[in-house]
Amino acid sequence: MRIDLQIIAEWIQPQARVLDLGCGDGTLLSHLQDTKSILGYGLEIDPFNITACIQKGVNVIEQDLDVKGLANLRHQHFDVVVMTQALQAVRQPDIMLDEMLRLGKECIITFPNFAYWKLRLYLLSKGRMPVSKTLPYTWYNTPNIHLCTFRDFEALCRDKNIRVLRRAVVNDDQESQTLAQRFPNWLGQIAIYQVTK
Amino acid sequence: MPTTFPADSVGLVSAQVAEFSVPLALECGKSLPSYQLVYETYGTLNAGRSNAILICHALSGSHHAAGYHSHDDAKPGWWDTCIGPGKPIDTRHFFVVCLNNLGGCAGSTGPLSQNPETGRQYGPDFPVVTVKDWVNSQVRLADFLGIQRWAAVVGGSLGGMQALQWSISHPDRLGHAVVIASTPKLSAQNIAFNEVARRAIISDPEFHQGRYLEKNSAPRNGLMLARMVGHITYLSNVAMGEKFGRELRDQAFKFGLLDAEFQVESYLRYQGERFSQNFDANTYLLMTRVLDYFDPAADFGGDLTQALTHAKCKFLVVAFSTDWRFSPERSEELVSALVGASKCVSYAEIDAPHGHDAFLIPTQRYIDVFSSYMQRIAQEVTHAH
Repeated sequence: MRIDLQIIAEWIQPQARVLDLGCGDGTLLSHLQDTKSILGYGLEIDPFNITACIQKGVNVIEQDLDVKGLANLRHQHFDVVVMTQALQAVRQPDIMLDEMLRLGKECIITFPNFAYWKLRLYLLSKGRMPVSKTLPYTWYNTPNIHLCTFRDFEALCRDKNIRVLRRAVVNDDQESQTLAQRFPNWLGQIAIYQVTK
Repeated sequence: MPTTFPADSVGLVSAQVAEFSVPLALECGKSLPSYQLVYETYGTLNAGRSNAILICHALSGSHHAAGYHSHDDAKPGWWDTCIGPGKPIDTRHFFVVCLNNLGGCAGSTGPLSQNPETGRQYGPDFPVVTVKDWVNSQVRLADFLGIQRWAAVVGGSLGGMQALQWSISHPDRLGHAVVIASTPKLSAQNIAFNEVARRAIISDPEFHQGRYLEKNSAPRNGLMLARMVGHITYLSNVAMGEKFGRELRDQAFKFGLLDAEFQVESYLRYQGERFSQNFDANTYLLMTRVLDYFDPAADFGGDLTQALTHAKCKFLVVAFSTDWRFSPERSEELVSALVGASKCVSYAEIDAPHGHDAFLIPTQRYIDVFSSYMQRIAQEVTHAH
């Protein structure tokens, strides 16, 4: 399982009601069902991912967040609302964040950190939009229309009076992990936040 | 005429009859003193009796869901696309039961049956049954077959409503409900179309207040019109456009008003006529009423989430993009209520051009989703041993 998913899994309490927005092939929810007996639901739009979830026995609901939103789901119905590496791809991330906090007592969000030093260097040296392992798309076909950084996200949280409960920094390079905790905006590849209102 | 059947067919099948002599109390206040249900089964019931699937039919369906009754049959059962070895409801794993519902005209007790009180056919005196009544009669069939718990109850359209009702009325007796191209209740528009169908039948001079059988007659014309209206609601604009467009039967307009000039006209007439020769008008009236009345939330102040609180099974809900009879939004209402009630549910909206009828057509993605879900059930059944 991806390192960011492992961290998230640790943050989720047993028996929790979990909503995973953009749940992919259901890896996280399946893992949480097996290890923590959670009641999970995934929202997804990709047909192959939906079938993969069904094959894993993960509850999956075909719903396009950008088209239908989340208005059909009830206020504070979930213990945790998770969105892994998808906030940067939705049309209105700030409103999405409000909606997630309406549905869940807390939210866990992960996103690629656009201020990671290699991305900065890429842009600085090549003068072109960075393409990397975590951001494998070219500028014209990327689903990532709202890329941001650790600092950007925390500024948004401050503006919205959203409390950051926990933060984790993911860096492929094991040796940089410790240093990345101290300088996340420079050294973190993926940001993980647990937030609440 | 197939002398051999396709490899993924259940092959030659025959109907069986279950007789029930304990009166069945109905929602309308009346009761049926005795009745029979005609049904078919495919596949083999396992030793633990845990692999049984109940198939519920829609408005004009019957117990003949899959396979062939004889080598001369031109067509297999109505859901042969989804039932058989290697198909979503895989008869190598499941024991499949499909019955003709009460009030039907394919062999179960209904308007064509003899009323024990009068010695004549019931005709219009057959009580107006409901989805709840059907489910109660299906519980007795399950008892008769020695099936304490269905691995799944599965149905499309009106059949899906029965699966949903099972989950609410008999939560301990099913593991999964598969609700396809269905709705938690009819809209005013749905009821309006049913009313047109009913008026077509009732205003046929051959209807005779429903006692046409006694006069050796039948409101064929009315039934034909009813089916034509119904048929329009089963297809999408796109499907009709692709199939017929504005194609004419002859080269040019005839400037007449009576003949079917467009292909779509003659198609509808043909479908309506064929149907009117094989279906009972009183049953059609009754089935449309069953649809109109269905509203499991009504007992819970209109709150569907509340209605589903005691359900214990897991759900698969499937809708089709071009179905305007029971549109995806109607399925989504059900899904939202299920999530609200903290029930396990998966939902897929299949992009298919065929309208409501799409639940009978083996679109690749539909089959993938349906098969994947049923395979999970097959695994559960196996692991439980």
